[in-house]
Amino acid sequence: MTGEGTSGTAKEAPAIKIAGLSLVFNTNDGPVQALSDIDLEVKRGEFVSFIGPSGCGKTTLLRVIADLEQPTGGSITVNGVSPEEARLARAYGYVFQAAALYPWRTIAKNIALPLEIMGLTRAECDKRVADNLALVDLAGFERKYPWQLSGGMQQRASIARALAVEPELLLMDEPFGALDEIVRDHLNEKLLRLWDRTQKTVVFVTHSIPEAVFLSTKIVVMSPRPGRVTDVIECGFPRHRTLDIRETPEFLAIAARVRAGLRAGHSYED
Amino acid sequence: MNHSRGHIQPWIALVGLIALSALPLDAADPTRLLIREGPVGWGLVALMAAAIVAAIRAGRSLAAAILLALAAHGGAAMAIGLLPSLAGHTGSGFWALVLTSWLLVWALVTELSEWPRRPGLPGLVLSLLIPFLFGIWLLILWQIVVVVFQVPFVLIPPPSAIGARIATSLPILAADFRQTFFKSVVAGYAIGCGAGFLVAILVDRVSFLKRGLLPIGNLVSALPIVGIAPIMVMWFGFDWPSKAAVVVVSTFFPMLVNTVTGLSASQPISRDLMRTYAATYWQTLFKLRLPEAMPFVFNALKINSTLALIAAIVAEFFGTPIVGMGFRISTEVGRMNIDMVWAEIAVAALAGSAFYGVVALAERAATFWHPSFRT
Repeated sequence: MTGEGTSGTAKEAPAIKIAGLSLVFNTNDGPVQALSDIDLEVKRGEFVSFIGPSGCGKTTLLRVIADLEQPTGGSITVNGVSPEEARLARAYGYVFQAAALYPWRTIAKNIALPLEIMGLTRAECDKRVADNLALVDLAGFERKYPWQLSGGMQQRASIARALAVEPELLLMDEPFGALDEIVRDHLNEKLLRLWDRTQKTVVFVTHSIPEAVFLSTKIVVMSPRPGRVTDVIECGFPRHRTLDIRETPEFLAIAARVRAGLRAGHSYED
Repeated sequence: MNHSRGHIQPWIALVGLIALSALPLDAADPTRLLIREGPVGWGLVALMAAAIVAAIRAGRSLAAAILLALAAHGGAAMAIGLLPSLAGHTGSGFWALVLTSWLLVWALVTELSEWPRRPGLPGLVLSLLIPFLFGIWLLILWQIVVVVFQVPFVLIPPPSAIGARIATSLPILAADFRQTFFKSVVAGYAIGCGAGFLVAILVDRVSFLKRGLLPIGNLVSALPIVGIAPIMVMWFGFDWPSKAAVVVVSTFFPMLVNTVTGLSASQPISRDLMRTYAATYWQTLFKLRLPEAMPFVFNALKINSTLALIAAIVAEFFGTPIVGMGFRISTEVGRMNIDMVWAEIAVAALAGSAFYGVVALAERAATFWHPSFRT
């Protein structure tokens, strides 16, 4: 594994460094510019949100970081190495829009899936499964099958599965997009506690302004055709914040700036 | 369920009961009535009357169901018992008896179908009872029609004759079954399905095979069994290996195509997940793609379970040692022993259904997670 050899230099490198990155999809209707000239740096321990309308390339950018898509130009490093090396070193955990739990495995077995692939011992597997189930409030559901749980519980199980890998970097693609407002608020608070406690780096894709402002230390506003970054907003809220801060003037000011950035990106279309 | 909705069958059966009491059983002897057939005759009429009353007054009760079952099958037994003395000159009373019994069993099956589904053994018994009644009545009506209209034996023998033939030919039937099923079918099925499965994995892995081998496989599947069976006899001799080879040829392709389809059934998101874990090809195959392919694999196993038996029987028409189900059918047809042919057909039908049933049970256990089986 390359992760072992480069870990010495990787400690100092930023979690993600992107320079002049672009990606062109060749479709049947001709080339489509999905990402254009993206520059971005994510420091260790940051919580960065990508926000933008559908088609702005925020998911594509996350997939490039995860080595699920190949960029056609520019440079990108994850933990100081290429995304492929980072992926092979299992440097990140990825949470998809859907829970993507395997229906033939129980919840416990689903969470153990990446651990089995990594070749961990049985005892270590069991310990990590129990710890992470407790972390997402799913203790007692080990032997249930995914289809026996609600959508919110399934998504929590998929977060536990990503956390069980114990990655430094957590990539989350609209993980709460399909959930209702109340469940989403609850999971947002839990995610924030988790980030605060574990000091992980989180990259979070969303199209909800309040969610982005509440969670992030840095908000990357994107706009479509071609997908590009139009604004990067730093948020200085304390690490132990609660949902109450959403009523404060500072929160509303940042939300207004995000909204303005989104509108600016859209204006030429109408 | 609408409890107040009555069924019409008991009322028609009531008309039938009056008719069978009043009309003669024997067209040649107008004085022969069911109620004059001694205590069995009028006992049956009383039983039927009680069943009809119970069905009308107390539908969906166990007592009504038991009475209906007793009356319907008592009527059927009476009709079959009367048959030998009436063949060729049955009267309207006899047909009233048959029709009334049939209406009573229809009422019974209607009742049973509306009972709520229950878990465990009672539910299993109930779900088997309804098709069982259907099957039994098919045989009862077959028996009556064939005897009454004196259908020539070579066209259709009565079920009683087939049953008697099965009972007296058990050693021959067992030897034929052993030869055809336990040798040709089991070996051919295992090799054909196993090879289809393994080749599917290979085809999936190597893209030139997918583009080159699949169309040729398609060609092989279109070969007629009657064409390849004699060739297989040339290659593998007269005994069961040549039959097993025909079974291999017929089962290979359904398994190949279904497994190839099944291997690409997994969702892109599930495959991306494996990629984020840096899983190897084999890890992805065993932990994601094969489980996802299982419904397709079992589909092929079910198709092949009946196909294999048919192929083995047909293959035995083309040169075989003097044992085997297909051999027996082809020779007994030549000797006009049609009851023996039907006996072999009955064994084949039972074996085929049981084989299919076992595969279907295994499917339920292996793909319990699939939306069509979830509980």
